[in-house]
Amino acid sequence: MTVPLHTIPLCTVYIPRDAAALSVGADEVDASIRAEAVRRDLPVRIVRNGSRGMLWLEPLVEVETAAGRVAYGPVSPGDVPSLFDAGFLAGAEHPLGHGPTEEIPYLARQERLTFARCGVIDPLSVEDYRRHGGFRGLERALAMTPAEIVAEVTESGLRGRGGAGFPTGIKWKTVLDAPGAEKFVCCNADEGDSGTFADRMIMEGDPFCLIEGMTIAAIAVGARHGFVYIRSEYPHAIATLREAIRLAYDERWLGVGIHGTANTFHLEVRVGAGAYICGEETSMLESLEGKRGMVRAKPPLPALEGLFGKPTVVNNVLSLTSVPVILDRGGAFYRDFGVGRSRGTLAFQLAGNIRHGGIVEKAFGITLRELLYDFGGGTRTGRPIRAVQAGGPLGAYLPPSLFDLPKDYEAFAAQEAMVGHGGIVVFDDGVDMARQARFALEFCAAESCGKCTPCRIGAVRGVEVMDRIIAGKDVGGNLTLLQDLCEVMTDGSLCAMGGMTPIPVRSALKHFPEDFTRPSAALAAE
Amino acid sequence: MNARSPWDAGRAAGIIAAHRHMRGALLPILHALQEEFGCIDEDAIPLLARELNLSRADVHGVVSFYHEFRRTRPGRHTVKVCRAEACQSMDPDGLIDHVRRRLGVALGGTTADDAFTLESVFCLGNCALAPAVMVDEALYGRVDARRFDAIAAATLEAEGAR
Repeated sequence: MTVPLHTIPLCTVYIPRDAAALSVGADEVDASIRAEAVRRDLPVRIVRNGSRGMLWLEPLVEVETAAGRVAYGPVSPGDVPSLFDAGFLAGAEHPLGHGPTEEIPYLARQERLTFARCGVIDPLSVEDYRRHGGFRGLERALAMTPAEIVAEVTESGLRGRGGAGFPTGIKWKTVLDAPGAEKFVCCNADEGDSGTFADRMIMEGDPFCLIEGMTIAAIAVGARHGFVYIRSEYPHAIATLREAIRLAYDERWLGVGIHGTANTFHLEVRVGAGAYICGEETSMLESLEGKRGMVRAKPPLPALEGLFGKPTVVNNVLSLTSVPVILDRGGAFYRDFGVGRSRGTLAFQLAGNIRHGGIVEKAFGITLRELLYDFGGGTRTGRPIRAVQAGGPLGAYLPPSLFDLPKDYEAFAAQEAMVGHGGIVVFDDGVDMARQARFALEFCAAESCGKCTPCRIGAVRGVEVMDRIIAGKDVGGNLTLLQDLCEVMTDGSLCAMGGMTPIPVRSALKHFPEDFTRPSAALAAE
Repeated sequence: MNARSPWDAGRAAGIIAAHRHMRGALLPILHALQEEFGCIDEDAIPLLARELNLSRADVHGVVSFYHEFRRTRPGRHTVKVCRAEACQSMDPDGLIDHVRRRLGVALGGTTADDAFTLESVFCLGNCALAPAVMVDEALYGRVDARRFDAIAAATLEAEGAR
């Protein structure tokens, strides 16, 4: 006689639907667990959550037990029968087991405000979102005046998480005070920096958080229409956010008369078309208007003349997803995290040659060393770290002597480096820094919008100069030329693309000069 | 699988009509056309210019500005290999070189059997699981030469099963 099914408790298993988890087989693991459960006649409910951000453990499978969620990973389809044999549905031990998820040191030591729900909830369940504190910030905002919302955000000390670090409250106040019947909120989700994936992860793992943050921004400045500009390289994020927007409309969190109030906000996803420069705010606005993504000269600021010439809030995904918690728990709560003028937390992204790559959300002030070793565990190849590039392809290459630098906008700026969007790309001692410098210029040549000469021509000439240096031709003369070129690009470019491309080049030259003067392999082969 | 239907002015006009109410409609229309036909045909340029009241040069300028818009039909599958810094840091053997040799095409090229078009991209947002490759809309992490060959084979096999 078989045991009646209803006497076996329904077991909930979480398998991420995050693109990074899918990239290492999460769908196959899902199929395998379903098949095995059917074979064993066990009732299993599978929830496709976002990622917890411990990417070296993906696919990270979690099981809901009486004692909380228990983690197993990285799971491959072949591991599934042995997981069932071991009794993983009850949280039993297994070689792939990591115990209670929230007690894994990598996660336990974080300070998750923005990413608090990411990987925890079903990203496309409004009910799950609400159960975990979702829409509380918006509910509070709906009862406040626009000026009060702006004051709360100003109080939090939040600065734009896209890289430039401009105070969000001041930007919002400018838009609020700007005259005009029509205003916009635009979310810049053109996360093009290598080594960054936090925008993608939160859009896939907690999309309502972005919708909530944008709706709060819209109410704060008096906008009734918003756009999320997502890069085309992120098809999963595009699909998830579009579905979340549809669900939010269904439940009256978007549209006319948001939750019975007089507020109206319409939100739409627009897809980029493979242009790094569209991460620059004015290029993004041009692209949204259906034009080439060429930068605009500022002023006028987008806050005064932005999308279609109207006052526009342009914020990054992480800035906007930090807003709900600020409204929910208060500006002072958020401000109490951090150091100096860098308040709150940032989702640092550990990438490249790193053992424990992923998201580490911590208050500002954490050092690179803590991120690289305490969280990251050193390189994946096991070789010494030689350089890290912080803040994206236009960020500085830093040597180990600077690893005690605290993550703080001003401290990094003092070293001609930047925190940027929080990306950290690790290289081991096999890296050739002259080639990395060349790549920075090549990248600029490929991605420059072409509007200003220093960036458009300077990057092309820079590649040529680097080729001569790498080939060992008149190295001294060409290094002088390179420095000169960097100065022209820094001082003469219209936007940060050309203005910051010299940063990786100069930092490579400053901290790793030996790579620029070594006898070249190319020359030896000639 | 990439769409590769031949150009059809009537269908294109329908796509344009369905999107033209949008503000800043040109990019959404170009995406929709490329989704339908696999590329932006030469004939689309004057049609778009007329329908959106732009000059042909304006339309051409937009199509040629963005890396994503193509002027010729791709192979049945598009392979995008990331060559940004995070992937470089884990790619000592040069995955792109392997893929180029394996498929026998240069970047931007399409294999003789029309199965694959090879492209490079700067960042797929999978930087902690580098090197990354995208085939059509499927993302792959920690790709080495052997894994790439398996992915390519599985892509063709899935096509046969359809």
